[in-house]
Amino acid sequence: MATATTNDNQARMQRLAAVRPRLVSFARLQLREPALAEDAVQEALATAIEKDAEFAGRSGYETWVFGILKYKILDSLRAQRRQGRWQPFDDESDDDAIDRQFQQNGRWQVAARPSDWGDPEASFANEHFWRVFDACMIALPDNIARVFSLRELMGLSTADICKETGLKENNCWVILHRARLRLRACIERGFLSRHDL
Amino acid sequence: MIKMMMCKQATRLMSKRLDVPLSLKERFALRFHLSMCNACSECDKQFELLHQAGQHYQDSPTPQETPASDV
Repeated sequence: MATATTNDNQARMQRLAAVRPRLVSFARLQLREPALAEDAVQEALATAIEKDAEFAGRSGYETWVFGILKYKILDSLRAQRRQGRWQPFDDESDDDAIDRQFQQNGRWQVAARPSDWGDPEASFANEHFWRVFDACMIALPDNIARVFSLRELMGLSTADICKETGLKENNCWVILHRARLRLRACIERGFLSRHDL
Repeated sequence: MIKMMMCKQATRLMSKRLDVPLSLKERFALRFHLSMCNACSECDKQFELLHQAGQHYQDSPTPQETPASDV
């Protein structure tokens, strides 16, 4: 029995080591500072090892570790906010990056018209897609990226995002709209052209 | 006569509906626009894909910074 447990532990440690780079990228997209992302991942890994007995195999092990990391990221974001390290949200002014995609009359610019990205499952299985996705997330302004990550990577509702950020829900929707339009344009340039960004 | 919503406004609604249910009027206006506009239908699929990407992030292939030889 003891040997089986040890083997289990070793297997878990190997899986932690394997998932680590993905944890770091995930944290970096949201915390926007590599050092903070490393810290959050270290803490998540330490917690995962410490609480190993609590992993009951209800979900996949990696999913469980990602779940722990999400809490650490939220803690770190709250600390950033408390320390006044967030720039104020500016959602009143127009966004040039968005306006470039549309004509005055509200129709798409010809060059910006969205094209077919093909099967979503194929994109999700494609390493190049994720490289472009990461690069485009990093290229977003911090404020916009933060709200988008809270919504789409952390899975918070816009009502909960308001509590975390102090934004009004209406402003949240404006920011998410901008984030999605910027991301789609960026990913389309990088993904379909097969150029590395 | 209903004035057709423009694409920019349609993208606002297709984004919003990923965060909160739309009103009946908004749903109707969006569906009407999407039925007429190919570019916006593609945009709608792209927004949906971005919406799903978050859940797929942890399953994404090959960690970005790890050389393939490590696997």
